[in-house]
Amino acid sequence: MRFIARRLGFYVITTWIAITINFFIPRLMPGNPVELVFNRVRHTASPAALHAFSVAFGVDSQQGLISQYFSYLGQLLHGNLGISITFFPATVSSVIRTALPWTLALVGLATVLSFVLGTLLGIVAATRRGTWVDALLPVTSFLSAVPYFWLGLLALTVFAVELGWFPLSGGYDPSVNVGFTWSFISSAIDHGVLPALTIVISSIAGWLLGMRNVMISTLGEDYVLLADAKGLPRRRVTFSYAARNALLPNMAGFALSLGFIVSGAILTEVVFSYPGMGYVLFEAVTNEDFPLMQGIFLMITILVLLANLFADVIYVALDPRTREAG
Amino acid sequence: MAVLDASAVDPPPVTDAAGRPRSWLRNALRSRKVRVGLGILVFFILLGIIGPAFVGNPSATGPQAFGHPSARHLLGTTDTGQDVLSQLVDGTNVSLIVGFVSSLISTVIAIAVGLSSAFLGGVWDEVFSTITNAFLVIPALPLVIVLAGYLHGAGTLAVAVVIAVTAWPWTARILRAQTLSLRRRDYIRAARVVGESTTRIIWFEIVPNEIPLIAAQFLITVIYAILIQAGLAFLGVGSVTTWSWGTMLYWAQNASALGSGAWWWFVPPGLCLALLGTGLALMNFGVDEVANPRLSATAVKPSRRRRARARAS
Repeated sequence: MRFIARRLGFYVITTWIAITINFFIPRLMPGNPVELVFNRVRHTASPAALHAFSVAFGVDSQQGLISQYFSYLGQLLHGNLGISITFFPATVSSVIRTALPWTLALVGLATVLSFVLGTLLGIVAATRRGTWVDALLPVTSFLSAVPYFWLGLLALTVFAVELGWFPLSGGYDPSVNVGFTWSFISSAIDHGVLPALTIVISSIAGWLLGMRNVMISTLGEDYVLLADAKGLPRRRVTFSYAARNALLPNMAGFALSLGFIVSGAILTEVVFSYPGMGYVLFEAVTNEDFPLMQGIFLMITILVLLANLFADVIYVALDPRTREAG
Repeated sequence: MAVLDASAVDPPPVTDAAGRPRSWLRNALRSRKVRVGLGILVFFILLGIIGPAFVGNPSATGPQAFGHPSARHLLGTTDTGQDVLSQLVDGTNVSLIVGFVSSLISTVIAIAVGLSSAFLGGVWDEVFSTITNAFLVIPALPLVIVLAGYLHGAGTLAVAVVIAVTAWPWTARILRAQTLSLRRRDYIRAARVVGESTTRIIWFEIVPNEIPLIAAQFLITVIYAILIQAGLAFLGVGSVTTWSWGTMLYWAQNASALGSGAWWWFVPPGLCLALLGTGLALMNFGVDEVANPRLSATAVKPSRRRRARARAS
């Protein structure tokens, strides 16, 4: 448990670093972009909203930097991320609340799928070195160099525009009521297939190569040689002896690659106008909606940290060494 | 930080039989992957330098909207009749400049942080490592988007700097791990006993041995920066009037080139990105394999008996 406690401490520090970056970005940027936006909403927003804005961005504030910082932390602790300019008068937190489930479902499912498939393919690639499977490698390196969003554009052209198999954009059919009904869920799945496929295809290469490389080192270990020598079936040696142990470093990679996948997912959502956090972030940037931009950055960071923590817990469950150390 | 240290790599010493350093470069050039990758890279560099002289003004509009590829416009035209090929050629520079400048800045930061972390040790190591790991898990693209969102219509170099801010931690972490392992080697101890200064040990004993690693990381970071830049330009963050492959995709998406079936507009920039990325990735694989021969795919697995004999000896 010491391991988990250490990680937890690290995530708390990271959250604090992200919050602090968030605080300083608007204050250190050249020019006064925030002030312009502030003046734009000055006459329409409520006094409370303006107060929240000035606390978050240090506009119109008579306070020193340090007390500004603490009022900012105070606002955050109350879950107050300010008012969105794009979706005025909605608060940033309410905008995020609507977008969050979409991203969670899409990115979550796609990531797990890509991890499982990529790992399996990596095992195959490692055990069948020197055969046609090697041809997979240049293909995967090509795929990992392809920008997510461009792959999305291609998928959209082929499967939605030309073939008409899937809808062009959005997260669900607007004529269907949002709710826990079959028609809504099936419409959501229909809209989610292409974006998910895009994320899976562009992220699978990373898992594949990672697993292959670790697997190759593991296959060279003595205990694998011994298992071979004992005459155990190939399958058993590959999966129960080598792959089981090779999986751990790849799991560690899982946590670290998450930020990268989330970044790709943001762009994928924009391509498909998928109503998740990425698309909202895009709209926020287009409208210079600084409160929303920063709220989303913070939220995405916290989500990635939570996912990391989750991966750590699994890691501890899988690797007894981390438990003994504690 | 047991989880985070798992992927540290440990290349063998990079001196050849005669003890000359840098022979890894010659080794790397012998690899087909590196040569193919280098060829692709050189092609794009040449395209970026001399290409624009051969194509027309990428911003000049023409009468023919959504024109199919033809003899006049080899890659067709956009919704305002601009020549796609001119934009493609003109946009090459931005990707290359952002990629290399960004990677250079980030590699310098990474060397500074990684080596200080490993050499100072103690509290400083804790502080540097925590910051590195924190930046590693904070998702990069949202941060870059927020940063660039404030820089109104940011120029190419500003974008490169912003990307570098998020790109360094990978390299820093790997270099720290590698430096820690090198520090314990005998030849470093020997250098210490002889009385070499720490600065000299770092620059003449440690860094030269890490060059293949730094080169591999540098290439990965170039790919990363190129992709992030394309993503930013696609979102319309930064300047939308500087031609780059990402900006082309931005305008194509805005003019609904997809719905109009104008594939010649958005397929080429993506292919160029992918091709350039593949070239760099191939070079990276090649360098990696030189540093870590076991990864080589072409080396056919030795027969079991031979492997066993090698083990016994």
